[in-house]
Parts: sequence; structure tokens; C-alpha cells
Amino acid sequence: MAEFIRFDRISKFYGPLCVVENLDLSIGKGEFVSLLGPSGSGKTTLLMMLAGFEQPTSGNILLDGTAINAVPTHKRDMGVVFQNYALFPHMSVGDNIAFPLQMRGIGKAEVGERVKRALGMVQLSALVDRRPSQLSGGQQQRVALARALVFEPRVVLMDEPLGALDKNLREQMQLDIRDLHRRLGLTIVFVTHDQSEALTMSDRVAVFNKGKIEQIGTPRQVYDEPATRFVAEFIGETNLVEGVVEAVQGQEATVRLPSGAQIVSAVSGTVASGQPVFLSIRPERVDLSETRGEARNVLETEVTDSVYQGDHLRVQLQNATHPLIAKLGRRSREYPPGTKVFAAFSAGDCRVIAP
Amino acid sequence: MPMKIAKATFATLTVLFLVAPLIAILPLAFTSSVILTYPIPSWSLRWFEELFFADAWRRAIVNSLIIGTGTTLLATVLGTAASLGLRNRLILFRGTMRTLFLLPMVVPAVVLGVGMQVLLAGFGLTNSYLGVIIAHTVVAVPFVVVSVTGALAGIDERVELAAQSLGAAPATVFRRITLPLAMPGVLSGAVLAFATSLDEVVLTLFVAGPNQRTLARQMFSSIRENISPAIAAAAFLFIVATVLIGLVVVLSRSMLAKRR
Repeated sequence: MAEFIRFDRISKFYGPLCVVENLDLSIGKGEFVSLLGPSGSGKTTLLMMLAGFEQPTSGNILLDGTAINAVPTHKRDMGVVFQNYALFPHMSVGDNIAFPLQMRGIGKAEVGERVKRALGMVQLSALVDRRPSQLSGGQQQRVALARALVFEPRVVLMDEPLGALDKNLREQMQLDIRDLHRRLGLTIVFVTHDQSEALTMSDRVAVFNKGKIEQIGTPRQVYDEPATRFVAEFIGETNLVEGVVEAVQGQEATVRLPSGAQIVSAVSGTVASGQPVFLSIRPERVDLSETRGEARNVLETEVTDSVYQGDHLRVQLQNATHPLIAKLGRRSREYPPGTKVFAAFSAGDCRVIAP
Repeated sequence: MPMKIAKATFATLTVLFLVAPLIAILPLAFTSSVILTYPIPSWSLRWFEELFFADAWRRAIVNSLIIGTGTTLLATVLGTAASLGLRNRLILFRGTMRTLFLLPMVVPAVVLGVGMQVLLAGFGLTNSYLGVIIAHTVVAVPFVVVSVTGALAGIDERVELAAQSLGAAPATVFRRITLPLAMPGVLSGAVLAFATSLDEVVLTLFVAGPNQRTLARQMFSSIRENISPAIAAAAFLFIVATVLIGLVVVLSRSMLAKRR
């Protein structure tokens, strides 16, 4: 995919406080990239710099090969969608959407035509004369979306656009935005702190922590192959178990746990024999059985608690030295506390992470 | 229950205390007598006639309108500009600056008046309309600043950022977004500035010449010279104007509230 946006060694300081630190990131044309991280991790600041609302302290932002640091916001041709929608409260829905077109000196007839089309795209044609205050949150967000797309910007930036919506509406909008992205071939940079949102929508996810990107990759990569402890813990739920590397064989390593058990696991990054590491084991990849079975990695555990959660059964286990959580399918049998079980998982379902 | 009655009585007395002077003066505007006292022998509009046709009063009304309009324009422009500037977080001593703008509200008018006279004399502006307008503007600006700052504080900064990102240059953002959204505050600030100018006496005494006698100033001098009921008629005009002004302010406030 051709590179379209590039952050080149971007740093941003507020006084002595470093919000973004020497960051490199490139985004391809037509790509949907999510910036995912906890609040204060620098993801929104990065977006604000891309939009031109903030200036980087050092480094360059390139759009289509040209540095845009000195280009003011209104000439950057980027559509921005804010969390609180930021609609113009004194204009009707139609005038809100017409605004970017008027700014570009487009003739009245064409403006009317395009506003109509944009409203149709977000299914709000009937509300053209309403004021934003007369709309529901979801409707307002769709107007904001239409307004940011109607002038066919080069990039669409979204700053937690769905954060204020309730769960059902949010999920619907996620699918709607993803659909628009595919149909219109938009380049979208999407900021969120909601990991499932990032996984649902993005081509690639950049996981932010303390002003740096911990890992960037496809949703599958960041979930299945977390590069760091932060990524493993931030995205989804995981069991982190301490251990020491005994041997490395290509893409696999043998790790000895404090209990003495040996685990063979896939490796992210490079580790060496004798190195203390973490093992990340996703709870839904753990199988339980009362016999030892054939699996490569088996831990002897005892059930301490078991909670039925509708779509899955959550079982808390205790090994000799550490706890373990397993999520089982709803067809699984019950495991009353005190049951001795073997927890099994394959080498590909756990990950060695250097601390 | 007795507590409730006590509260109601106290409230009524307080309100009476506040409006008693008005109640005392208003009926006298319609007296047919030549002196400003009770009892009223019969009702008449002769003092309103006097107000509009006697030269001194008519000129005073015209002067008040000229000076009031000038003050309103100047104070609104300056006050709005100041409020916009005070929004900028990068300004050093922002809090101090804001206090500075509000200072004329608390500085004794006499002090301002003396200072103003010395200053305006230096520029040769005493006894001129411009001088009086400048003096009134000084005391009117704080009202505009308070009112416009309030309106600006209610504007979500991201709305302006959104406009920028949609292609609006800073001047366009101001014209299409910031100003329309702050307009209720600007309007009520303007109205307050006009009201301030209308009843300003102390500064006027210091800086105005005989040609710039405003209505308030004229009332002040005629109550010493001849206690004519024309003063009551003028007071009646004032009250009507003030009530109208108050209505405009209330209306613009509710307009502002409805937007949100």
C-alpha cells in the first residue's frame, strides 16, 4: 500500500511534559488505522497535530510526500469528527453540511445536490431543516460524519467519535463507518481507547502508551502476537505468567515456570536462554480436562471459582504458584470449585514476551 | 408556618424598600401642579410636553441619545475585542488583565472623573462630545466584557476547530461561527453600555461642558434650581427605557439558553 501520511520523528512537549516521543508512523492511502491507547498516551495529540490544531515540537508530518507542518488547518483538506460532534449550533443540519462546500466556493446548485447526497448516505434526509439541538446523539454524530465527508477530504480524522453513544448504537455506527470506508476508499485515522472498537474497524491498529507506539499491526497481530506486556494486557484479557527461558528453537522457546512446569511457546521479538520473561496466555485458548491428554503444554490446577456469563463460562484456576483464568464456550460442562483439572494450550496459543 | 409568614413579610419589605423611590416619583410625572410635591391636584401630561418642547430638556434628551449611541458603539467594539483577546490562553497575566478590564466598575466615579478631566484636558477634549463618550466608554466597557466573556465561555472551542478543519480561514471562523454564537452576549453588553451611559452623572459633571448636558445631568441641575415635575417626567422616561432594556437583555439571554 502506497504511503500517504508519514509522521517522521514527531515529538510534542507541553513545557517539560513529553506527550509524544520521537514517533514514526506511516499510513497508506485508503487505509483505516486506529490509534489505540489509554487516555494521556498521546494518541489524540498526534491526531490534533495531523489536523493542524497543534504543532509538533520537533519532527515532520508528511502528506503525500510533502511536509505539512507549516500548512494551516483550513488548507489541509482533512475532515475531522469530534467526540462531542462539534456541530454548529446556530445552523440547520443542511447548513452544517453545506459549510465546507461553501468554504470551497462551490456553486449553490451543486452544494444543494451534494448536501442531499451526503444526508442520504447517513440516512438523515428528512432532518435537513432541524437544528442540531433537536437531534439525538446518534443523529448528531451522523451529521458530523456527513459534514466531514461531503467535501471529499484527503484524510478523515476521528477523535473517539463514538464515545458518547450507547452500546448498541456504537456497534451499529462502527459497522456503518467501516462500510463507508470500504465503499468510498477513504483514508481514516481513528482515535479510540476502546480496544474492541479498534479491532472491529481497523486495517491496522497502533497501540499507544506514554507517547510511544508499543506495537502496530493488523487486529489479528496485535491480539494474537502482542509484542509487549502492555499490548497483551491492554488488548483483551490475558494471563501473564512469569518464567525463565530454558531454550530457544527458532520461533519457539521453552520456558520454565516457578512451579517447575515447562511450557513451549511462540516468541515475540528476541529472547535468550536464561532470560526472565512473561508468558501471555489468552483465557479463551485454554482448554480444561480431567485427564492429562496429549497437548504440549499442560498445567495442573484446581478450580477456585466458576462464573456463568451467558456467552461463556469463566473459570478461575490456581496452579501451585500462580492463578490462571480460562474462558470456556457455553457448551462446556460446569466446574465446581475444588475440582482438580488439567489446563492445556498449544504452543501457538501462548506468547513469550520480554519484560 | 410562622417562619413562612416572616419570610414573606421580610421579602415584601425588602422589595418595597427597593422600589419605594420609584413609587414616590412616578405619579408626580403626571401632576398638573408646578412643584414636585404631593398631594397631586389633578392629572396632566404637561410635564411631558415640557420635556419634549422646552429647549433645555429637548437638547438634553438629544445629547443623551448621541452620547449613549457613541458610547454603545465604542464600548461594544472595545469590550468584545477585549473579551476575544482574554480567551487566548497564551496571554501572560490573563487573570490580572481581566481584573484590569473590570476595574472601572469598582473605582469610585469621582476618582475616575478627576483623572479623566485632567487627561482629556491634555488632549483638548473637555467640553466635547468625544470627551464625554470616551469617559462613558471607560465605565461601560466592563459590562460588555462581563457579558461577552460569558457568552464566549459558552462556545465549545471544538466547534471553532471543526470550522477550521472544514476549510474556514480564521477570519471566516470569527464571522460565521464565533460572532453569531456570541451575539446574544454582545447585544446584551451593548444594551448595558447604553444604560450605563444614560444614567452616568458623576463623570459627566467632570468632563462635559454646557453643550453636552445629558438628561441625567439636566435632572441633577434642575432639581437644585427649580424642583419642577419635569424631573419626574424624565424619571418616568428613564424607567420605561430601563424596563425595555431589561427586557432586551432577558430576551437575548433566553435566546442564548435556547441555542445550547
